[in-house]
Amino acid sequence: MSPKLDLLQGTLDLMVLQTLAAMGSLHGYGIARRIEQVSGDEVLLNQGTIYASLVRLEQAGLISSAWGVSSNNRKAKFYSITRSGRRRLATEAHDWERLTGVMDRVLAMNKGEEPA
Amino acid sequence: MSRLLRALGRLRAFLFRGRHDSELDAELATHIDLAVDEYVEHGMSLAEARRQAMIRFGGIQQAREQQREARGLMNLDILLQDIKYTLRTLGRDPGFTTVAVLILALAIGANIAVFSVVNTLMLRPLPFRNAQQLVWIAPPPTKCGMSCATYSTDAYDEFRVGSRSYQDVTGYFAFSSVDNLSLKLGSAPVTATSIDVIANFFQLLGVQPAMGRLFTADDARNGAPPVILLSDPWWRRQFNADPNIIGKAYDINGQQTTVIGVLPASFDFGAVFAPGTKVDAITPLNLYGPPRNWGNIITLIGRLKPGISLAQAVDEAARVAPSMCWNNKYPDSCGSYKGQVVPVSLKNYISGKLRQSLIVLWSAVGAILLIACVNLSNLLLARAAARSKEFAMRGALGASRARIVRQLLTESLVLSGAGAVFGLLLALTLVQWLAHQGAIALPLLSTLRIDGASLGWTVLIAVLSALFFGLVPGLRMASGNLHETLKDTSAGSGQSRKHERTRSILVVSEVALACMLLVGAGLLLRSFLHVLDVDLGFQPERAAAIKVDYDDNVPNDKTGDLTTQKRTTIFQQVLSSVGALPGVEAVGITDYLPLGQNRSWGTPFPRGVKVPDNLAGPLVYVVTSGYQRAMGTRVRGRDFTWADGPHNENVVMINESYARFLAAQTHWPNNDALGQIITSDPKGDPKNDLHIIGIVDDVHEENTDGEAGWQIYYPVTQAGPTGAELVVRTSLPPATLATSVMRTLRDLNPKQPLAEFRPIQSLVDHANSPRRFFMLLVAVFAGLGLLLAALGIYGVISYSVTRQTSEIGIRMALGASAGLVQRQVLVGTLRLAFIGVIIGAVASLATARLIASLLFATSPWDGATYIAMAITLIMIAALAGYVPARRASRISPLVALRAS
Repeated sequence: MSPKLDLLQGTLDLMVLQTLAAMGSLHGYGIARRIEQVSGDEVLLNQGTIYASLVRLEQAGLISSAWGVSSNNRKAKFYSITRSGRRRLATEAHDWERLTGVMDRVLAMNKGEEPA
Repeated sequence: MSRLLRALGRLRAFLFRGRHDSELDAELATHIDLAVDEYVEHGMSLAEARRQAMIRFGGIQQAREQQREARGLMNLDILLQDIKYTLRTLGRDPGFTTVAVLILALAIGANIAVFSVVNTLMLRPLPFRNAQQLVWIAPPPTKCGMSCATYSTDAYDEFRVGSRSYQDVTGYFAFSSVDNLSLKLGSAPVTATSIDVIANFFQLLGVQPAMGRLFTADDARNGAPPVILLSDPWWRRQFNADPNIIGKAYDINGQQTTVIGVLPASFDFGAVFAPGTKVDAITPLNLYGPPRNWGNIITLIGRLKPGISLAQAVDEAARVAPSMCWNNKYPDSCGSYKGQVVPVSLKNYISGKLRQSLIVLWSAVGAILLIACVNLSNLLLARAAARSKEFAMRGALGASRARIVRQLLTESLVLSGAGAVFGLLLALTLVQWLAHQGAIALPLLSTLRIDGASLGWTVLIAVLSALFFGLVPGLRMASGNLHETLKDTSAGSGQSRKHERTRSILVVSEVALACMLLVGAGLLLRSFLHVLDVDLGFQPERAAAIKVDYDDNVPNDKTGDLTTQKRTTIFQQVLSSVGALPGVEAVGITDYLPLGQNRSWGTPFPRGVKVPDNLAGPLVYVVTSGYQRAMGTRVRGRDFTWADGPHNENVVMINESYARFLAAQTHWPNNDALGQIITSDPKGDPKNDLHIIGIVDDVHEENTDGEAGWQIYYPVTQAGPTGAELVVRTSLPPATLATSVMRTLRDLNPKQPLAEFRPIQSLVDHANSPRRFFMLLVAVFAGLGLLLAALGIYGVISYSVTRQTSEIGIRMALGASAGLVQRQVLVGTLRLAFIGVIIGAVASLATARLIASLLFATSPWDGATYIAMAITLIMIAALAGYVPARRASRISPLVALRAS
């Protein structure tokens, strides 16, 4: 198995936003598990780091939170994305796509220059 | 938008961090529980599920810290943490904390108090609206006192009309005497002091009444009903702060006078224009009544138009001056003010003279603060050395250097903050006390207070000193090698040597600063002693003066002879009755006392000799026979007698300086003025001849530390006095006679107000008060500096003895005697002190210029002072070093060696 990827600065926030946008309301553990599942266990994620991200997003008004009860009857804090969170997600996702496009081209250029 | 939201969120999170923390804890607990549930569902045992959940979570504490950092204000959090920690460590060492805070409180308190004085006198504008526009208009300073600093009413009118630079020009009557009001309230009249001002005085200064109204031009007309404005303190003291006082009339000096207003508490005439005197009320000056012919009586104050510079005003005044007349009735008096009309800024007139003293004072407290900081630096260094293991340990556990320095600086800030708080309390008391020292003849003293600027200054010096005394030990500490420090178990290693070097340098600089302070204080003290030694020309001890009320008014007295006769009779009665009291040695009456107000009446000159232009005339005193004896002034020739009547030959006495000057202008036998004739009548009418019957000692009439000017004495039997001060010389302390003198005066004149029986010494003290004030303050600061330096020396030496305990023990085990050990420690102390004294002395020599202008008959390089101060410092240093030296010599080698 190849070593797990370190998360780039800021990518965790984007993942959280996307997860909430796709799944609706979720608690911290649910968000963490969802990201792990989607990433196919390829990212190195200490589940604990998600809480710094959550508080950052909440303070910026991109997500909101409320205490509720989980499916197996545990009291948990549920997060959901706000309207401005969705707007932010759209722009950030767009920026991310542009960045990956650029990165792809840059890396492809490197390969192309290699002598055959 | 979201950035602002985040900032608010952070602040909220910081304020309610307790609630946020518990919420987070609950959330994290749920997280773990949910994970455990999931693992258990997959068939793990509960213990294994828990373990796996923790692994996946990756450190609860870390997550907590990360979240806190993301949500709140980390720096503030750290600060609070540091402060909490600092308070705990300081609380564990109450001795150190008390000493440190005390030192800082003294130094900071002294600095705040002096800053308030400097701010009030020098930095802050005068307490008037747009005070920078106000100017004082006077001739360049001369010997002849107030008469030469004043103008006639005609000159005032001409100047006011002829100048275009001013919004308006006003002035006040400069010759009001103390206790010139006699207010009849109930049975016994009480006295008070009032000043006559030109009607536009308050409007020009921009002072609004607290109640009632100000003067108008109508109040100063001929035949206007008498009105008066009360000062706030007098209104409170004498009239019980009567809120309905406006419009009430009182019998003042025999006239029903209406109170038209009460001045605001912020206006104190004495504080601004007559330092050290109390002015109770203000009355309007009628420019078009009798004052028209009184000559130079008005001081001028102007308010410049906006945009007009002082230089422009000076130019204009020089152009206007030649057209000003002393009296419009005498055309040849026009132009006599040429070169005598010079505007200066009012502020400069009031406090300009004090500038140098204030700078010296400010430097002195600055030095105190420096010494205190050096001391603190030393104390902290010693503490830091003792705590070096603690810091090394924290460093080993991952604290960065910056973090440790930050912690140390927080400690310094907490210390200096506490010092500043106590210092502020100290300064408040001091400033409160100073503001009520009415007897100190310093301007604006009563307006002294701790204001916003003083508070700002407090914060500034507290922070600066914290940086200063915290940074050195902080950097020293943080720069150490962790490994070395952890290994360094006791004395003798390189690190402690380095510390000791720093500490020695600090002590030397402390001693040098203390030396400079001591030299300054010594020079000021010597000057003050010289001033006390000055022969004032009179003997202030055992003499006192009291203002005597008399009524010499004779209706329809065309020639003035009847008035003179009546006055002579009254004075004769007063003098013979008071003179007969037991314990009274001599009595006499004068209209002006020395070191108080004065005036001049032209320049009597030898007949046929032309009076030089712009010559300031002698000061005039109208006295009775016996006055000179009562004052203790020697007379060569004869005293006045009651027989020197209005129709006899005019007689005068003049002082030595004036006699010498006159003799040099002409040819008198033996160059002696005694028995010669002088005259001030340009036409030379023999009726106006003055026969010099006595030559008296030079009396210091304006100040104690200047040159005595010229004086001329006229008898009350021939000239009109402006009042009567009865001078009594006693064989007992003057205060014991106060009641019997007052009773005698009351028996003769039931209208005699209850005036104060003032010792002549108090006049001298009043004149000396600014010098005494500055000398005392600098001396107190020097004492404080000396104490702090001694503490510093003691601290360093005693610390180094402690560190060297085992070394000393070994040396004593090898045969060094107790005396030798003691001597060595003492020599070490004295070496530091000597270096400090030498540096301090050199620095004093270099800065002597600063203090030179404040000295009297003392050289700023006065050898005796330098030597005395050096000896004092060395002795104090020896004393401070003796205690630890003695302790060193008592070290038992056995105990010392076992201890290490």
